[in-house]
Amino acid sequence: MITLNINGKDSALDIEDDMPLLWALRDVLNMTGTKFGCGVAACGACTVQVDGVATRSCVMPVAAMVGKKIHTIEALEQDGKFHKVQQAWIQAQAPQCGYCQSGMIMAAVSLLEQKTNPTDADIDEAISNICRCGTYPRVREAIHLAAKMGESK
Amino acid sequence: MSAPKSTSRRKFLLAGAVLTGGGLIIGYNILGRQDKLGNGSLLATGKDEIALNGWVKIAADGTVTIAVPRSEMGQGVFTALPMLLAEELDADWSKIKVEQAPIAKMYSNAALFQNLLPFHPDDDGLLARSGRASIEKIGFALGLQVTGGSSSVRDAWLPMRTAGATARAMLIEAAAKKWNVPATVCVTKNGEVLHPAGNRKASYGELISDAAKIVPPENVKLKDPATFNLIGKAIPRTDVADKVNGKAQFGIDTRVPGMVYAAVKQSPVIGGTLKSSFAELSKNINKNNELYIIPNGVVVVSNSWWRAKKNLDALQIEWNEGANANLDSATISQQLAADLEKTSASGFRNVGDADNILKAATKKVEAIYQVPFLAHAAMEPINCTAQIKDGKCEVWVSTQVPSIAQWKASKAAGVSSDNTIIHTTLLGGGFGRRLEIDMIEQAIHIAKQTGGRPVQMIWTREEDMQHDMYRPIAMSKFSGALDDKGEIVVWTNRVAAPSVGFDTMQRLMGSMAMDMPDKNHIEGAFDQPYEIPNIKIEQVRSKTPVPVGSWRSVGHSYNAFFVESFMDEMAHAAGKDPYDFRKALLQNHPRHRAVLELAATKAGWGQPIAVGSARGIALHESFSGICAQVAEVSIDKDNNIRVNRVVCAIDCGSVVNPSIVAQQMESAIIFGLTAALYGEITIKNGRVEQSNFPSYDMLRMAQSPRIDTYIVPSALPPGGVGEPGTPPIAPAVANALFALNGKRLRNLPLRITT
Repeated sequence: MITLNINGKDSALDIEDDMPLLWALRDVLNMTGTKFGCGVAACGACTVQVDGVATRSCVMPVAAMVGKKIHTIEALEQDGKFHKVQQAWIQAQAPQCGYCQSGMIMAAVSLLEQKTNPTDADIDEAISNICRCGTYPRVREAIHLAAKMGESK
Repeated sequence: MSAPKSTSRRKFLLAGAVLTGGGLIIGYNILGRQDKLGNGSLLATGKDEIALNGWVKIAADGTVTIAVPRSEMGQGVFTALPMLLAEELDADWSKIKVEQAPIAKMYSNAALFQNLLPFHPDDDGLLARSGRASIEKIGFALGLQVTGGSSSVRDAWLPMRTAGATARAMLIEAAAKKWNVPATVCVTKNGEVLHPAGNRKASYGELISDAAKIVPPENVKLKDPATFNLIGKAIPRTDVADKVNGKAQFGIDTRVPGMVYAAVKQSPVIGGTLKSSFAELSKNINKNNELYIIPNGVVVVSNSWWRAKKNLDALQIEWNEGANANLDSATISQQLAADLEKTSASGFRNVGDADNILKAATKKVEAIYQVPFLAHAAMEPINCTAQIKDGKCEVWVSTQVPSIAQWKASKAAGVSSDNTIIHTTLLGGGFGRRLEIDMIEQAIHIAKQTGGRPVQMIWTREEDMQHDMYRPIAMSKFSGALDDKGEIVVWTNRVAAPSVGFDTMQRLMGSMAMDMPDKNHIEGAFDQPYEIPNIKIEQVRSKTPVPVGSWRSVGHSYNAFFVESFMDEMAHAAGKDPYDFRKALLQNHPRHRAVLELAATKAGWGQPIAVGSARGIALHESFSGICAQVAEVSIDKDNNIRVNRVVCAIDCGSVVNPSIVAQQMESAIIFGLTAALYGEITIKNGRVEQSNFPSYDMLRMAQSPRIDTYIVPSALPPGGVGEPGTPPIAPAVANALFALNGKRLRNLPLRITT
């Protein structure tokens, strides 16, 4: 049994130590908001927060996640209200197909928690997620918008 | 040397008939207007909800649900198409819901087929006119519910507006009867019918049950565009909220009770077959997992995809490598080079007397260009969920082709098409890859063996990248000549490439596919607007075992790079500014000239630019969209090409949603830039060498340019939007690099060598 703390809730799962967190989320817990894109931590579609740090869950064995706080896209909305990053995303009309956006958003949330007012260079460095629809200009705009919305979640 | 053009065209038109004979259609009756409106019984309705036709249903609480028969793959059809209907219905946009339409003949995409005609846009001859008129009818009769070819808005423009206007007329009629006033004195606004003189109003929700009893009127009048409330406005997309909270359901997110997961390995060598036996492989199958052999692969099924994949990875699978074991990219390139010199080719355009004028010319320019195979690499890896149980076949898949999926799934499952249900989910990117149905047949081959349990088959990224239907490798040879005033007098161009049209037909119809001139192959080379007195454009079909398919903008994706780069070469050979040079060749093409001027003006063409930077320009028409781009580039200290800014001008006719048009330009430019700067699939020992994003890299945030899009106002019918932004970017960048360092790069991806 492996106990994972996901979105503030402990779940005891009968899974192998080496199962990547992504597949525990998707196939065991049926939390499908976190996406599979490459399986080698190259695209960022599977990004979640682990103790506040943007982490690519497709290569992260669950054994290494025990005792850590995992946050996924599903828990970003609080009390039926979108997180400022989600609001900014809607305002900038960032998503197209939407598949990579959960990972993009989780990476942006982590960036903004570390740097409240990131520069373009900060964004270039922190957001290395791949988007085939080319939402990058609007993702950049959304991150700046979210920064302007202040620190309130 | 080339076949007379009329012959090739007739042969080409035969393609429609062959396609028809191939079993894609049932009957040949051309449907009328009422058939496009459809019957409300097509749509499943909830409590207190009534469908007024095949496009729209209204609930008692005023919710208006619009059925969209195209696949949402990021291009915005779940917003743009509902806007068409809601506009004419005078619906309250805040009460609009969108759902995927079922599969039915009335939803077939007729506009798609316009892209397949081998006529130059200026050609107004009898053959071209009758071809354009009949292809839509054939297209409609084919019943293909396909999303592709930048055709969704073009196809829906009249039918969905008519459906909205017809429903509106029924609601007015119901209100007029209720109030005992003539319908002509009633008006509609924001989801209500009003009778201003009597100070009465009723919501659509209140009227729906009475409206459903009215016979749908014929010949309803559509709005004057000057009175549009929605069309032309930057309305926020309907699908965005679910795409920021993880709720959006893609094919891979399908969860069906009792579902198991399948991982698949196919032959690493193109065309290879399985050598290992079931008995050998099954020795290493873990307890609780299952092994299956399907026609083109080995499958492990488990209760999580990771477990299935881990077990599959541990198997020692042997393959018969077959005839392609020694195939490599260099050999394919040599073959294309030889094909360019063939004595016979298919003519696609012949103006004046190109061969003789070229012979006599004194100032000639010649060049050969090449582009590589490319993978689609949509972010959602290839997957499909299928269940075969109790004589029913059910499929959940992110597909661009639900009706073909139904046909092929029913065949593979051995279940009637009536009992084959296709659930089209959202697509995590399509780009043409999801016009293919290989994943559906595979999932069904597995589902046939799982004893009625639903199975979700997912490819690894490596399988996805190595078993694609690739954008073809292509080679293009130009000879041009200038007169003593520096004006183009001759332009000849021959393109050698594998045929996307033939390969696609062969995959769908097997041996019934006919080898014939393919417009896809030469589009972007023969159909451009430049006014040159002597033109000769030909294609040679190269044969390669590497499967090729449609990739965002298809033939335009390479021909625009070839044509617009060579146009730049001609301009420089003439000693003229590349922008002025192009403009002079567009005297009788005001739309193209205006687009070019808009891009150049907004980009500050001819104005000073930072040291170490330069601008390049390109113009290209594709899918009835005319697009010009100016790229500003520099080269960094590590010889990386930096595209710092792109100014994009587009004339796509009437605009439904300018925000989505801008999104699509950004999308198409970044997609094209990845190909221009990084994209290259190579073959060695019969295998695709690239396997995942590290070896087939993508443009990311740090390399993404600032993009400014300008839309030319237009009252013409809508043109394409999803693809026209991709073709011009590679030549705009290549032309900017030439302006920067004087080196002409004739191969993609563009690489700076010292």
